[in-house]
Amino acid sequence: MPLVNEIPMPGIGVRYEFLTEDGARVGVVHHRSGVRELVLFERDDPDTSHVLVRLGPDDSRTVAELLGVSQVAKDLAELGQDVEGLAVDRLPLPHGSPFDGRTIGDTGARTRTGVSIVAVLRAGSAHPAPGPDFGLRGGDMVVVVGTPRGIEDLVVLLRSGE
Amino acid sequence: MRDSLFLIELGGVVLLLAILARLAHRVGFSPIPLYLLAGLAFGQGGLIPLVTADEFIEAGAEIGLILLLFSLGLEYSARELVGSLRSTALVGGLDLVLNFTPGLVAGLILGWDVVPALFLGGITYISSSGVIARTLEDLGWMGNRETPSVLAILVIEDLAMAAFLPLGTVLLVGGGAARVAVSIGAAVLVVLAVLSVAARYGQAISNAVFSRSDEALLFAILAVLLLTAAATQALNVSAAVGAFLAGIAFSGPAAERARALLVPLRSVFAAAFFLFFGFDIDPRTLPQALPSAAALAVVGVATKYVTGWLAARRAGVGRRGRIRAGVGLIARGEFSIVIAGIALTAGVEPEIGPIAAAFVLLLAVSGPLLARSAGRATARGVQVTEPTVGRGGE
Repeated sequence: MPLVNEIPMPGIGVRYEFLTEDGARVGVVHHRSGVRELVLFERDDPDTSHVLVRLGPDDSRTVAELLGVSQVAKDLAELGQDVEGLAVDRLPLPHGSPFDGRTIGDTGARTRTGVSIVAVLRAGSAHPAPGPDFGLRGGDMVVVVGTPRGIEDLVVLLRSGE
Repeated sequence: MRDSLFLIELGGVVLLLAILARLAHRVGFSPIPLYLLAGLAFGQGGLIPLVTADEFIEAGAEIGLILLLFSLGLEYSARELVGSLRSTALVGGLDLVLNFTPGLVAGLILGWDVVPALFLGGITYISSSGVIARTLEDLGWMGNRETPSVLAILVIEDLAMAAFLPLGTVLLVGGGAARVAVSIGAAVLVVLAVLSVAARYGQAISNAVFSRSDEALLFAILAVLLLTAAATQALNVSAAVGAFLAGIAFSGPAAERARALLVPLRSVFAAAFFLFFGFDIDPRTLPQALPSAAALAVVGVATKYVTGWLAARRAGVGRRGRIRAGVGLIARGEFSIVIAGIALTAGVEPEIGPIAAAFVLLLAVSGPLLARSAGRATARGVQVTEPTVGRGGE
């Protein structure tokens, strides 16, 4: 991956820039509103950019998908096999679990097993990086990162609360 | 119950606001100058002075001021403030000297006391971050190299205003030197206290306030906001400052959602604020104020242009970008009115109202216009990837 410059834009968001293989300077302006602007800099004036397209939050997802960001998810899935002693797994939260209707904080997963819940999959959509106050429901699938041993403990914890 | 006159008046005012907002949207300009003009028409000595709705709008204006400053604070995180201060302190200082001085000097030339002259300095100093952010976006300048410098200057100006308002309010209250010194000390203490609470407990407060229910979150935020504003006002530090600090204190998901939830409320009450500012000004005093305001506007265009030019040059940006940064900073708007409104409410110098109104009317309109024409003048035609493409045919 080429060097990506991150430029803070106070009150607006962040801008990222990089040089393509082709020598064109491309930028993406992340507005806090969720709007993304894809800009291209003039070749003979690096100060001046032109907005190629403005993307709403859904549009950005579409473009990212088309450009192959799913690659990142694939890389993440392979991470578990690549790093010694670290596993990524999906665990079901059974209906009737003591944590059905309670929060991630209530499970104490990290303090009790050393395993982090990095995402919750529910009804076909993903909730990445859930906070401790994220409410769990029976039937959720939690994506976890930790040691294989810790993950085994967590399976038991989620089922029985012990 | 009141009779129907109240609703008729209020409805008429809101209808006019709707028309003005639509007009401004169509032309692609800030509606603030239009709201000010509407305020002039409905206020004392105007075309159709209101009889029953004015009290309601006055209360609305007070809330509008608080919401304006609160959403300004929400825009920035403490990290951005510190970052901007570090990277742009020098240019920020230059901006202050170049743009504060004309107002101050003009006030003294007009024979005013020092305190109102200081307020006029604040009015000429502060650019409109709302109008400017909008213009940068409309013109597609967000990607340009000079834009972070422009934004950083706006941040510093907003911080400077947060420092200026409590000091100015203390000076307005006046009294002997000892009393002023005590009041300033109190103001500084209050600001520091609120800031340190915000820094230490901002996250905890945000978490406590956060709720999945929009309604619960909205009321919790409004409660924190109004009570902070009330506390600072009770200590003579201006409710506006309390609101700004409260805005900075909020962070994370609470701030994200607050921003979205407050947009409609802010639109309504900020419009009330601009209307009410217009109410207090007799339109017959405008022609008299126009020469001073126009002179200040001309100087104000030049000094902001120089500021932007130097800021962009310091960031290593070329000539075209420097021109864009210069014209980009010209627009003045809501915060000049905020400063003038505080001076006007204290009743120190009646002339400051019409001058500020005319000054903002001139620059809120001409700022974006100048930026647009500069954008056209510096454009070299789109020659994005392949410089030879696109000349032939039509």
